[in-house]
Amino acid sequence: MSETNGQSTRQLAVNTAGVTKAFGRGESAVHALKGVNFEAHCGEMVMIVGPSGCGKTTFLSVLCGTMKADAGSVDVFGTDLIHLGTSRLTAFRGQNVGFIFQQFNLIPTWNIVENASVPMLLNGHSRKDAEHEAARLLTEVGLGQRLEAYPRQLSGGQQQRVAIARSLVHQPRLLICDEPTASLDAASGRKVMELLKATASRPDRCVIVVTHDSRIFSFADRIAEMEDGVVKAIHSAGEYTAHYL
Amino acid sequence: MFRLALKMLYGDLAKFLMLIGGLTFCALLMAQQTGVFCGLMRWTTATIRNAGVPIWVCDAKVEQVNEVVALRDIEVNRVRSVDGVEWAVPMYWSIIQTRLRDGSFQQVQLTGLDSTTLIGRPPVMKEGNVEDLRQPNAVIVDQIAVKKFAQKNLELHVGDVFEINDKEARVVGICEAEQSFMGQPYVYTTYERALEYAPPQRKQLSFILAKARDGVPQSEVLARINAIPGLSAYTADDFADRTFAWYFKYTGIPISFGTVVALGIVVGIAIAGQTFYLFVHENVRHLAALKAMGASNATLAEMVFLQAFTVGLVGYGLGTGMTAMMGRAFLSKGEPPFFLPWQVLAFTAGIIVFICLFAASIGLLKVYRAEPAVVFR
Repeated sequence: MSETNGQSTRQLAVNTAGVTKAFGRGESAVHALKGVNFEAHCGEMVMIVGPSGCGKTTFLSVLCGTMKADAGSVDVFGTDLIHLGTSRLTAFRGQNVGFIFQQFNLIPTWNIVENASVPMLLNGHSRKDAEHEAARLLTEVGLGQRLEAYPRQLSGGQQQRVAIARSLVHQPRLLICDEPTASLDAASGRKVMELLKATASRPDRCVIVVTHDSRIFSFADRIAEMEDGVVKAIHSAGEYTAHYL
Repeated sequence: MFRLALKMLYGDLAKFLMLIGGLTFCALLMAQQTGVFCGLMRWTTATIRNAGVPIWVCDAKVEQVNEVVALRDIEVNRVRSVDGVEWAVPMYWSIIQTRLRDGSFQQVQLTGLDSTTLIGRPPVMKEGNVEDLRQPNAVIVDQIAVKKFAQKNLELHVGDVFEINDKEARVVGICEAEQSFMGQPYVYTTYERALEYAPPQRKQLSFILAKARDGVPQSEVLARINAIPGLSAYTADDFADRTFAWYFKYTGIPISFGTVVALGIVVGIAIAGQTFYLFVHENVRHLAALKAMGASNATLAEMVFLQAFTVGLVGYGLGTGMTAMMGRAFLSKGEPPFFLPWQVLAFTAGIIVFICLFAASIGLLKVYRAEPAVVFR
């Protein structure tokens, strides 16, 4: 496993050791994670790549606390997620994690301001504050003229921009992106990644992206390569693209 | 989040309208049918309310107001002699046939009142004076008689004459009385004249109407009258309850209406439960996304219950509103019977709440089982 120099000087955002996760029991059990060791630091964007079925999405789910690991340790900003109860885990996600999904997961009957304001509302902010902040972020991602629009009235790229605004509205420290460009054409995907890099990357925030899309590898600071339920290697973006593409 | 929960509900217009429609139909069916049932049951005790007296005394075997086991006239004096009775008067009641001036027949409820006091008199006079009952051959008819005669193309006015048991009956007044279960008009006359009209029997006294003296507990007076062999005394309310109980026990009316009401509940549960489950099912991915973003199960439960109870409230409002409009139409025509006490509205509300709880609960099961990680699949 190769390491990129200089990461140790930054604050550790995510640290997992020996994470395992199996689905089913006995002989028919599928071992999705077989002892994943992984680190990510504040201020960096780490991409997790690998073939289908290698455990990327399961690992992402464990990292953000939407799924519990069977064993190992999952430390996110100093909080051990393995031993948090369900309600505290839900609260932790609400306060610390922002999500960008492959299918956007925007609620079709809410306009984009309402969609983007949800994480703040869930954190107990007033509707006025939440919608104000959502509108500010939507303007920042280029949707300031379409604040009253509904998701169905937007293109895929625009919907993903709404999702970016939604993921950032409550100032999370960890941003989880699951195939953020998979539903987009090349140009839209590039624009989304440029936007993500520009708006999401901050010294106090860690961005983790699971992707198959080789066109966006250049945006990563590091790329973790997963295979058969483990992180096989971690590379710099340049190193990975030079050797593997 | 509550506002957004409602937007989520209204946004799916087809399901929203289906839910409202199902619950409206359910509320309408329950309230309307129960209202007609209550109206019908109320008709069974119209004689009691029309008389408006506090104590009814009858033969001990009598089970309800619409059946008569005649008493001896002397029983009136026995009741009058009971300590604590302020007054007691005789009342005659029977169903009897009248012959109209065109030769056709009409059954009526002949009601004979004490000629001195006219206690048990019709509650509202529309034409004429109740005191005119003391004139020869005088009767007062109710608005149902006017209607029934009109159906036979005979207008009935004060001064008109018809026959009861071949004896002349002259209309001296028209009153407003509550319609009874059997639907025959009330014809009021004096007790003595009623006995002349009625076919002779050994015993002819139908009821004794009485009142307790002021300051004497009514229950004590009732107990004293009940101590007289062969007599039973009831308050007007108790007599009405006995009548209701009789109709519940000996007729299929409650089962018939109860079946329709049960059908309404089943239809409501089926439509609302299934539609709401589908609504939640189709939104489960969105709800799971909210869960991933930090929405607790409690928050999602509040949202789902708010959605369920919103459609419940709208459905209840529309259903009972339509019931009230139908009831108003029924009452203006006089038929079918209709009575909508607050208990019917409360009962309907209770069932709607149950249906909403049921629908929300099966939806919630889906939400609770949804793993937030589903959003990554």
